[in-house]
Amino acid sequence: INHIVHNGGLYKRPFNEAFEETPMLVAVLTYVGYGVLTLFGYLRDFMRHWKIEKCQNATEREEQKDFVPLYQDFENFYNRNLYMRIRDSWNRPICSVPGAKVDMMERVSHDYNWTFTYTGRVIKDIINMGSYNYLGFAQNTGACQEAAAKVLSQYGAGVCSTRQEMGNLDKHEELEKLVARFLGVESAMAYGMGFATNSMNIPALVGKGCLILSDELNHASLVLGARLSGATIRIFKHNNMQSLEKLLKDAIVHGQPRTRRPWKKILILVEGIYSMEGSIVRLPEVIALKKKYKSYLYLDEAHSIGALGPSGRGVVEYFGLNPEDVDVMMGTFTKSFGAAGGYIGGKKELIDYLRTYSHSAVYATSMSPPVVEQIITSIKCIMGEDGTTIGEARVQQLAENTRYFRRRLKEMGFIIYGNEDSPVVPLMLYMPAKIGAFGREMLKRNIGVVVVGFPATPIIESRARFCLSAAHTKEMLDTALKEINEVGDLLQLKYSRRRLVPLLDRPFDETTYEETED
Amino acid sequence: CVTLLQIEFCIDLFLCFCFQAPAYHLILEGILILWIIRLLFSKTYKLQERSDLTLKEKEELIEEWQPEPLVPPVPKDHPALNYNIVSGPPTHIITVNGKECINFASFNFLGLLDNEKVKSAAQASLKKYGVGTCGPRGFYGTFDVHLELEERLAKFMRTEEAIIYSYGFATIASAIPAYSKRGDIVFVDEAACFAIQKGLQASRSNIKLFKHNDMADLERLLKEQETEDQKNPRKARVTRRFIVVEGLYMNTGDICPLPELIKLKYKYKVRIFLEESLSFGVLGEHGRGITEHFGINIDDIDLISANMENSLASIGGFCCGRSFIIDHQRLSGQGYCFSASLPPLLAAAAIEALNIMEDNPDIFQTLRAKCEHIHKALQGISGLKVVGESFSPALHLQLEESCGSRENDVKLLKRVVDYCMNSGVALTQACYLEKEEKCLPPPSIRVVITVEQTEQELDKAASLLKEAAQSVLN
Repeated sequence: INHIVHNGGLYKRPFNEAFEETPMLVAVLTYVGYGVLTLFGYLRDFMRHWKIEKCQNATEREEQKDFVPLYQDFENFYNRNLYMRIRDSWNRPICSVPGAKVDMMERVSHDYNWTFTYTGRVIKDIINMGSYNYLGFAQNTGACQEAAAKVLSQYGAGVCSTRQEMGNLDKHEELEKLVARFLGVESAMAYGMGFATNSMNIPALVGKGCLILSDELNHASLVLGARLSGATIRIFKHNNMQSLEKLLKDAIVHGQPRTRRPWKKILILVEGIYSMEGSIVRLPEVIALKKKYKSYLYLDEAHSIGALGPSGRGVVEYFGLNPEDVDVMMGTFTKSFGAAGGYIGGKKELIDYLRTYSHSAVYATSMSPPVVEQIITSIKCIMGEDGTTIGEARVQQLAENTRYFRRRLKEMGFIIYGNEDSPVVPLMLYMPAKIGAFGREMLKRNIGVVVVGFPATPIIESRARFCLSAAHTKEMLDTALKEINEVGDLLQLKYSRRRLVPLLDRPFDETTYEETED
Repeated sequence: CVTLLQIEFCIDLFLCFCFQAPAYHLILEGILILWIIRLLFSKTYKLQERSDLTLKEKEELIEEWQPEPLVPPVPKDHPALNYNIVSGPPTHIITVNGKECINFASFNFLGLLDNEKVKSAAQASLKKYGVGTCGPRGFYGTFDVHLELEERLAKFMRTEEAIIYSYGFATIASAIPAYSKRGDIVFVDEAACFAIQKGLQASRSNIKLFKHNDMADLERLLKEQETEDQKNPRKARVTRRFIVVEGLYMNTGDICPLPELIKLKYKYKVRIFLEESLSFGVLGEHGRGITEHFGINIDDIDLISANMENSLASIGGFCCGRSFIIDHQRLSGQGYCFSASLPPLLAAAAIEALNIMEDNPDIFQTLRAKCEHIHKALQGISGLKVVGESFSPALHLQLEESCGSRENDVKLLKRVVDYCMNSGVALTQACYLEKEEKCLPPPSIRVVITVEQTEQELDKAASLLKEAAQSVLN
């Protein structure tokens, strides 16, 4: 058996990914923190039960009090006692275009986040490090918006029919041809919602008797699609090729669990960029494994399309691979194209099959025409077909911003997860109290960040996640970095034990820094 | 010296114990100690590895295995493969495959698709916010338009709260699994639409189908469940029960008997989820749906779900009900938490459409009158029967006698549809996924009535269908 060559043979560029281990003291303190919160949670529940404290949850109707309770008390324990304390970090309402700077509506709570009231004031010009605006196409001026306005006045906002009945507009056909050309595949099909693209098409491709090998940290839409299909699901460790190879070998050698029949087909589900870790899939190795074991690859490029690769064609171009090697290339239009919806690209037989049997084509309304026009214009801009070099410049600006931001954060001493080139930057917070504190302190300094905790991440690994954009200028990044530095010192977030010696004024080049152990 | 004394003391106690205890006790302890020693020193073994295949045999198996192709080939003339191409907006007069026709196939019931006020509200929103929201509701994807739309929908439907989804299909498919989990019981009508079926599949609950609109069948199932409960009351106390019905059924065009359902709800303590995609903006004096049609208190229904893609001529869907119920979906509705929010221009279009619905409550009466008109006009076509209530704007025309196989029925109906399309009336067949539906409805032609169609056009369509049926079916 010839071994799969890790690094060197398959990779044409350095693959730098790091997940620094949680320091022991921090892990212990985090558990202690959660323990204290749980104790207080039990105490408050006890007081609410015995009516010592006012219960502010909504309650069941009087007439239905003898029905089986709709929610188990324990299911909502986390919700009531932990989430409710820092609820103001999420669902922040904004009232401007979600570009590099955004206006937010101010909200206050007088009863510890149970209810919010809007003061009516608008906080202006918050630096937006939370929206998925990788190439800066979330704009309300410019070529894209003008084209969308024209189509809106011509076609209207809705479609009122499904693709197979009367909802297939000429705009949809135009979009699909363009997407196929952009990705370098034979044919493509577009859908109205990225989540639904996964949950409605995976069941059309695999069924009972098939095997799905899915990464540990796959998105909820992939997990739902895999479950709805009825196939057997096996999970391999995150981005771990040895784990995947072992599963593939075992599956083919031993067959289906009890009957030992051979599997009908094997589908590997991976994502281009994992949005909670900031890691990039090891695509050359996955493709080598897929070819060796004759399985099929489903690549979800929700975050990587437009954000990786020298001309923004995604993770396949980033590694210099052939798009025909990926059997099903799926992606969304929400992140880099500033619109909404999803697509699947691949061979003509695949797309013909999906046109006939995809749940979305038969039962769901097709995409709205102005949204379609926004995607068409933005793809043309990225490809350079509109006659300007704006697209190319943005892709390069994003890559520069990514490298600069990550390097500066590492120099400051934060623990940053993920690949050097991914525009999703998770900064580890660990402790539950720091989740709320980080979000609030950054907002005081006019920077909007996204913080995530359990259950989206493992319980001790809560993090703040920055999404870089080509619309961020160097000044904005410097301001943000200054504030993050300040808040990091205030909240003692600089956990990293490996410090990089700061570069003095050398140009951006990821190989020319020295690493020292602290 | 002191410790030595203590050790002596312990040994003395132990020996005393040994001599005073009965013999069988000592033997038992001895056996147990020997067993522990044996377990500590025996080798562990894994159940999963079968070590009776050599490396060479494994390599051969890997070489020999041939998977199926990723997708089976689709024949070129498959009816669903070639879509109708609509150039231009799918409004009252529609250009299908290059031919101008009157549109009897788009669910544009209130004609709001090309309404100028709706379009200008969407334009204003586009100028302010751009197109996309670039994030889910939790992460800077909540715009003031979304909050306004939720408030307006809650006020219009006279409930406490409403929640918006960015895709109509995902609305009910995310709402059901948020409440009903493994082990719960759901009673659902046979003719429920595909989105409900997918929601039920994702929830992993026990599904019990009852015959379409047959309250006696439902009551039988409920009684059976009651006897089951009495056998195991502890389990029954934690098993949630739901009934899922549609206001106006998409697959059959008739309405559910809501007053009887409410009686069953209180008698057997079951919660009701109502799917009102077709009846929102159609039934009731002000368009509030089937609860207004029957005059029922809206709080009696636990959850109302509808999509905004029919009467409101926008994209997306919403659920409304009491805060106790709706607030739960903000953290457990998969299509809400893990998906980008609705583009603001579509939300603004929906708000404006709601304004128009509130300002002109007489359009609902006009729509119903037109539906009655065409229902009467379509009676008596030889070979085709009308399926649906007289006031339903989405009717089906099914073959009176099937010609044996579903494929042939579909081909026959396609010829009728083509005849009508060539003469200027755009119709379509109702499309289904034949292998995936639980109860596949018979093939049919979908006829959709909108307020924009004039009496002459309705008569023209009816007479054209009569002609088509004559020439194709006889």
